[in-house]
Amino acid sequence: MIRDITIGQYYPARSVIHRLDPRVKIICTLLFLISLFIQRSILGYLIATIFLGMVIYTSRVPLKYILKGLKPIIMLLLVTVLFTLFLTREGEELFHFWIFNITDKGLNISAYTAIRLIYLIMGSSIMTFTTTPNALTDGIERVLHPLNRVKVPVHEVAMMMSIALRFIPILLEETDKIMKAQIARGADLESGNMIQRVKAMIPVLVPLFVSAFRRANDLALAMEARCYRGGEGRTKMKPLVYRAKDYLAYAVIVLYMMLIFFVGRFVPFHIWIF
Amino acid sequence: MSIKLEHLNYVYSPGTAYEKQALKDINLEIPQGEFVGIIGHTGSGKSTLIQHFNGLLKASGGALYYNGENIYGDGYNMKQLRSQVGLVFQYPEHQLFEVDVLSDVCFGPKNQGLSSEECEKRAREALELVGFPEKYYRQSPFELSGGQKRRAAIAGVLAMRPSVLVLDEPTAGLDPKGRDDILNQVEHLHKNTNMTVILVSHSMEDIARYVDRIIVMNQGEKMFDGKPKKVFSHYRDLEKVGLAAPRVTYIMHALKARGMNVRTDATTVEEAAKEIIRSFHD
Amino acid sequence: MVQSEKLIYEYEKRDEEGNVIGMNRAIDGVDIDIPEGSFVAILGHNGSGKSTLAKHMNAILVPTGGTMWVDGRDTKDPMELWNVRQSAGMVFQNPDNQIIGTVVEEDVGFGPENLGIPTDQIWKRVEDSLKAVGMLEYRSNSPNKLSGGQKQRVAIAGVIAMEPKCIVLDEPTAMLDPNGRKEVIRTVQELRRRKKVTVILITHYMEEVIDADQVYVMDSGHIVMHGSPREIFSCVDELKRYRMDVPQVTMLAEELRKKGLQLPAGILKTEELVEALCQLNSNT
Repeated sequence: MIRDITIGQYYPARSVIHRLDPRVKIICTLLFLISLFIQRSILGYLIATIFLGMVIYTSRVPLKYILKGLKPIIMLLLVTVLFTLFLTREGEELFHFWIFNITDKGLNISAYTAIRLIYLIMGSSIMTFTTTPNALTDGIERVLHPLNRVKVPVHEVAMMMSIALRFIPILLEETDKIMKAQIARGADLESGNMIQRVKAMIPVLVPLFVSAFRRANDLALAMEARCYRGGEGRTKMKPLVYRAKDYLAYAVIVLYMMLIFFVGRFVPFHIWIF
Repeated sequence: MSIKLEHLNYVYSPGTAYEKQALKDINLEIPQGEFVGIIGHTGSGKSTLIQHFNGLLKASGGALYYNGENIYGDGYNMKQLRSQVGLVFQYPEHQLFEVDVLSDVCFGPKNQGLSSEECEKRAREALELVGFPEKYYRQSPFELSGGQKRRAAIAGVLAMRPSVLVLDEPTAGLDPKGRDDILNQVEHLHKNTNMTVILVSHSMEDIARYVDRIIVMNQGEKMFDGKPKKVFSHYRDLEKVGLAAPRVTYIMHALKARGMNVRTDATTVEEAAKEIIRSFHD
Repeated sequence: MVQSEKLIYEYEKRDEEGNVIGMNRAIDGVDIDIPEGSFVAILGHNGSGKSTLAKHMNAILVPTGGTMWVDGRDTKDPMELWNVRQSAGMVFQNPDNQIIGTVVEEDVGFGPENLGIPTDQIWKRVEDSLKAVGMLEYRSNSPNKLSGGQKQRVAIAGVIAMEPKCIVLDEPTAMLDPNGRKEVIRTVQELRRRKKVTVILITHYMEEVIDADQVYVMDSGHIVMHGSPREIFSCVDELKRYRMDVPQVTMLAEELRKKGLQLPAGILKTEELVEALCQLNSNT
């Protein structure tokens, strides 16, 4: 079950996208997401589709893999689409059944919503597929750096993220171990109603929390022992440096954004899909 | 009354990139009341093996008979099996969760559906068996010393009154006295209750001192199975798979090589001392 | 290198409501003197105070009485805190809970980053340290995929990368299997030979201290024995009283002595015992 979720995983491959600076990828992803919302014409979506397709192709991440990432949001997608479809009252009525009322506008809006959501997930999963969690944290730290001035502890947050990434697999393994140990003592973790099941998890959760706190305590000691004293005065083993390909990537995204913007301005708003 | 494995196979994560055959065609029988040691380096399959004894892992192939009944048969009562075969994991103190020691030890019997009086009776009995001091019964298990925590956790399994006790490295992380105390307690338990004890350990010295029979695991296969003296006589083969014989066995071999007239099959300090003294008197 | 005088560490004992009901002395009047470049072992059962003592050497704890000097610096002095921590690196017991990086080389670089070392020098230090512990080929692996012994070697590399004068290892092998233990001890000895660092090893595995220059034994916060491994291990009964043990070879020699064989006390190694027995044999 948990293994099926591919969002947020790294897909190792050798591609230009993989080698881009994480900051570039974060900023470009953000811009791409914005581009999905600033236009509503079919031409605009066509450009976005071509752009996304090109990025996926260059990233060498199999399309199948990216589509698999959509699986967990299918339900959300369906609900959203159906709601917009049935609840939009404006526009010309195409179909009427009992209390449902489908209009041309509703049809179009729900189609766009679906495309937006799907592209949103695909766009951001391209970023996580091509960036190691570490590089991502580093990138986020640098992109958000200006927030330091308004007293947001950016370094600390980034450090917490990277530690969480390291300990998630350890804690998952530990959960498995504790569950087995309690099952060996006759615990029944699977049957019963909701409340019984939650209660049955206490013998697993208490030891898990105790262990997580012990680990946190140990880790804090180990970090202090290695002279960690926050972000100030720290140097970087792997500092982020923009290279030619990163500037090129920025140029491409600026070009894309301009295109989207012009299409949004000059192509009439009412060219619908249907 | 026994545990019997027939052509047991186990494959981890079948059908994925991580697929790995962890157990290969294991055949063995452990009669009731035996004290068995299982050795093997990390990743040899010994932990996987013991998790089959109480049905925590289900074999990919083969059969496991407990008291003659196939545990993979239809309608087999796994819960019953788990209270018959008690499994103490490595660092068992990490499973403690209750507000005090006594309630924690009651957890197993409670899951067996016993009345609270009976639970408490069995819990007290189990704590006594492991030599846990009564004055700490009402203390939080998190405030105990390492050795006491371990005892409490072992009692948590014993309170289910199992006929078979499987211990996965019960002495890991304890100091020398703590190690001896726990093992002596286990030996005492074995002698007094006719319980089958299966001890997984990395310490050849401990294994040699306590068990009647050793099963050596290597790369998912059973490599040796027999009396300690016999198994440790293959010390060269054991070394090849990252194991060793007890130190004294090496001393005896070295003495023999230097021309002293000694038998080389001693595996404990006492045996070695006796044998050396004998050779001096001859 | 590391010195202490009448070192005392007390902490408050609290009841269930959190009120102070007394003081506990984890360390009580400890004097130690560890010369530069030596290999010193500290033995003691769980709860004897040996780990508390170790934490003083890195100024994670500061004494509540007496003084601790590391490389001539008083650990109580807040101005010296980071210098003390840089000169006495520390390796802990649990291999998982001291690795910070999600990639081996990044973890080793963590210390130097904190010290503000320039990037190119960090890379050099990381490479040298990983080479010194024999883990260079694993540099871009995830630590989660390593064995316990390998994780501890990475932790040691992480400490060496800070170029300390002294490494304090607080039960580095307690959670490892025998092969992992050997691997770590071998690495430590190799380092000592090559980098000439002072090594302080806290352990309760007797076999690991045979090569030490000096051994301290602790019990309830005191130093109860001090001497060379040979001197210490010749007192089998006294060690047992402090919940300690002796290596099996020493145990056998002791057993034979009790049975009347004329063997020297404090035999530590197999070859020694075999040699002594053979000599005895040819004399009779």
